[in-house]
Amino acid sequence: MNKVYTKIESIVGDVITVRAQGVRYNDLAVVGKSFANVIKLDGDLVSLQVFAGAKGISTNDEVRFLGVPMKVSFSDDLLGRVFDGSGRPRDNGPALEDNMIEIGGPSVNPAKRIVPKNMIRTGIPMIDVFNTLVESQKLPIFSVSGEPYNELLARIAMQAEVDLIILGGMGLKYDDYLFFKDTLEKSGAMSRTIMFIHTASDPTVECMMIPDMALAVAERFAIEGKKVLVLLTDMTNFADSLKEMAITMDQVPSNRGYPGDLYSSLASRYEKAVDFEGAGSLTILAVTTMPGDDVTHPVPDNTGYITEGQYYLKNGHIEPFGSLSRLKQNVNSETRNDHRALMDGLIKLYSAYKESLEKKSMGFMMSEWDEKLLKYGHLFETRLMDLSVNIPLEEALDLGWEILAECFEPNETGLRSELIAQRWPKKTEA
Amino acid sequence: MTKSTGYVAGVNGNLVTVAFEGAISKNEVAYVHVGDTSLKGEVIRINGNKASMQVYEMTNGIQVGDKVDFTGEMMSVELGPGLLTQIYDGLQNPLPALAEKCGFFLQRGVYMDPIPNKDWEFTPVVAVGDVVRPGDAIGTVPEGIFTHKIMVPFGFDDVDWKVVSIVSKGVYNVRSTVARLQSPKGEEKDLTMVFSWPVKKAVGCYEERLRPDETLVTKIRIIDTFLPIAKGGTYCVPGPFGAGKTVLQHLTSRNAEVDIVIIAACGERAGEVVEVLKEFPELVDPKTGRSLMERTIIICNTSSMPVAAREASVYTAITMAEYYRQMGLNVLLLADSTSRWAQAMREMSGRLEEIPGEEAFPAYLESVIAAFYERAGKVRLHDGSTGSVTIGGTVSPAGGNFEEPVTQATLKVVGAFHGLSRERSDARKYPAIHPLDSWSKYNGIIDKARVEQARDILFRSNEINQMMKVVGEEGTSVADYIVYQKGELLDSVYLQQNSFDPVDSAVLPDRQREEFNLLYEVLTADFALDSKKDVRAFFNQMRQKFLDWNSVATTDPRYSQYENEIRDLYASKSNCCEEM
Repeated sequence: MNKVYTKIESIVGDVITVRAQGVRYNDLAVVGKSFANVIKLDGDLVSLQVFAGAKGISTNDEVRFLGVPMKVSFSDDLLGRVFDGSGRPRDNGPALEDNMIEIGGPSVNPAKRIVPKNMIRTGIPMIDVFNTLVESQKLPIFSVSGEPYNELLARIAMQAEVDLIILGGMGLKYDDYLFFKDTLEKSGAMSRTIMFIHTASDPTVECMMIPDMALAVAERFAIEGKKVLVLLTDMTNFADSLKEMAITMDQVPSNRGYPGDLYSSLASRYEKAVDFEGAGSLTILAVTTMPGDDVTHPVPDNTGYITEGQYYLKNGHIEPFGSLSRLKQNVNSETRNDHRALMDGLIKLYSAYKESLEKKSMGFMMSEWDEKLLKYGHLFETRLMDLSVNIPLEEALDLGWEILAECFEPNETGLRSELIAQRWPKKTEA
Repeated sequence: MTKSTGYVAGVNGNLVTVAFEGAISKNEVAYVHVGDTSLKGEVIRINGNKASMQVYEMTNGIQVGDKVDFTGEMMSVELGPGLLTQIYDGLQNPLPALAEKCGFFLQRGVYMDPIPNKDWEFTPVVAVGDVVRPGDAIGTVPEGIFTHKIMVPFGFDDVDWKVVSIVSKGVYNVRSTVARLQSPKGEEKDLTMVFSWPVKKAVGCYEERLRPDETLVTKIRIIDTFLPIAKGGTYCVPGPFGAGKTVLQHLTSRNAEVDIVIIAACGERAGEVVEVLKEFPELVDPKTGRSLMERTIIICNTSSMPVAAREASVYTAITMAEYYRQMGLNVLLLADSTSRWAQAMREMSGRLEEIPGEEAFPAYLESVIAAFYERAGKVRLHDGSTGSVTIGGTVSPAGGNFEEPVTQATLKVVGAFHGLSRERSDARKYPAIHPLDSWSKYNGIIDKARVEQARDILFRSNEINQMMKVVGEEGTSVADYIVYQKGELLDSVYLQQNSFDPVDSAVLPDRQREEFNLLYEVLTADFALDSKKDVRAFFNQMRQKFLDWNSVATTDPRYSQYENEIRDLYASKSNCCEEM
């Protein structure tokens, strides 16, 4: 019943056209050995994007329409497995074809969402203390090529208190893919991880499928009551593949060559983050590398308008300034009574340290207060900001107090007296 | 009108090309039949026997040859009692009802009755034989705290209709006939409490448009005093991400002194809408003592919902606003964000392969934005009462750069500009409206001359601050330093407002006046202070006292105590008498 066509009319980039009848928009087809999906219908002229790329496709290759949209298998068998952008196994395991679910499904009814209220602990003080990650949040990590963002994601994957990790890799260097795989296997986190990986050498079209597949699977697990964390890296590569396809399709570019629907395309993926009433939740943490460290570049700029805050990863640590978790207010009042006040106090002093540092670099005299701040800044950076620090929130808060006590008198910290009475570490005379 | 049919000839994203027979009109609504669902769409271009349709749903699964039914009607919303407290999507589907029917996800092709099927107590205000025109009330029903007027549909011919029959006072279903009218030509029509109106047409049905001369109080000091908005006016709030646009909109929706607030969440985060959904029913409107939800309608087309419906959502919202305006009420429409709406137009324009304007926005962007904002206004109705629609739109400029087309097109047509600044929001100075770059053409609650003077001090303070960055504090004279500190004082105790503080978050006009007048005295006074150290100490003290004052309610005994303390402190250093 699946009709086969053998005359390809045109091949442009990774898009082929063929004359065919009874084809539905977004349906899947097999071209040669690759999948392809319908992206445009014009009378009997059907345009398809070929997942594996159109290189080597011949005008008389077979095009077989499958009559179904792109789907991905969903079951517990997915755990610990690695797939590519067409949904085929990347590890040596068997292909999974039962219980296929559609990808890129409808969005959640806002009336069915609930206000997020649970924190996700990561063991990273710069996240837990200062910009708490909240269940159902969507947060990008704004970074620059060369920064250890994949290392950070891997650590979060290993440590985050969630039921399930789904990693979507787009345009990953092969080394990075191996790094993720090795790290997760070694730590034992692989058994609760599913990976959808597109490496830089794989065809562009597959890159575009990664977020949809990862999120479709994640959404199903969330409905089944699981707490799912989706890690995506790197969304800039995803946006670039959208750009490539849009240009191939002769779309009018809007800003630096990106298609006009970049915002909607990114939003429809990020908005999959949700806390289901009476079921699980889906949280998204996505790396967005900023070309030229420019936050006004269309990809980070549009992302910033969509997501609920952002982490800036610069010089190997999460920047305390600029980084923001918009949902932290929902959770950090209930962690520990000193959380909010200490968070603000530490940051204010750190910002004062930065000023002193600037004064010092300009050759000004350092006052006693400046010296205290310099000491504090150093301790803060090495003991709390360093990415290798791995301690629970409570310990991190205690550590914060210790650092304060090492550098300052209580009344210099600007913290409320009752908190100081309660939390200030007792002096151990040296 | 005979209804035309056609079949699908092409699909490109949410743009569907339809080959049709018969007559169709532009902006007519049509349904594409896919399997057993029908997807709603709107004709946006006609060329020969091909029509281009934007489909409001995901177009997956449509194939060439699928049947299309045209409805002969433009995209319309239903108007009637029961709109308030509702949460609609951009096409006026009630979302909670949809959730009950379909569960977690928004299934495509499911359209529900927007007006709840309810009985209302109807009181006629006309009698048989009376003459009415479109927009005139024939009766009223109580809708929550409002008297909801049941009106002659706006779309009726603008002639004198005679009331042939009208029901007596009693309880009737919203869709049952309550009256029968006859036109001079003898045409008769039945009226129910519900009628529909095409969203892209502005409602006329009033005597004249008036100048927006009455301040719309938002209880936000920087707005009411320095950058006021007016009932029936328009304003825009552009700002980069994270500058607090949405928070400011939420505060306004909560505190604005209007009758009805319509929130159009257009292409923004779903999470933000959820906050309003869960918060508003709990919050009490201080004016009426009832839940804030009773004066609110939410139109919600979040960023992941289909983009064509996003374009419709702002029109859906403004049409409902105009409907309530016709009852002599003051309505505030908050659209967040108009950039997403403009982007929706850009996406469609791209698919239509129109020649792009700046940044690929369509060439008609400016006229469409202007036409939208022009639907705001204060009007005198046929019965002599006045009503108003105020529009406040946020703009999300790409890269935070106000030079982009949407911001610029908006600035041309609004009466007030509240530009949010990244600098201020980074410094945690909220609301992050830039006091010097922003402007307003409306009258505020305080004498303009005094406000200008205060603004001037702010301006000079800013200049001195810039200069100090170059020459250092040492190179600045004490007199200049005092001006600088005055500006800082005004900024920190008056322009900034703590939205988490129960008292400071909403300040009534009387209190604003009182506070401004006292602050004005301080700002315009000479001070006998010799050294910068003294100046700094004095103004720090002043600031602390003002902040303390800000956080106590007017009913609190400490209110006048703090005020007196400020006066004493001010008098202690003031140079009111001659010196030197």
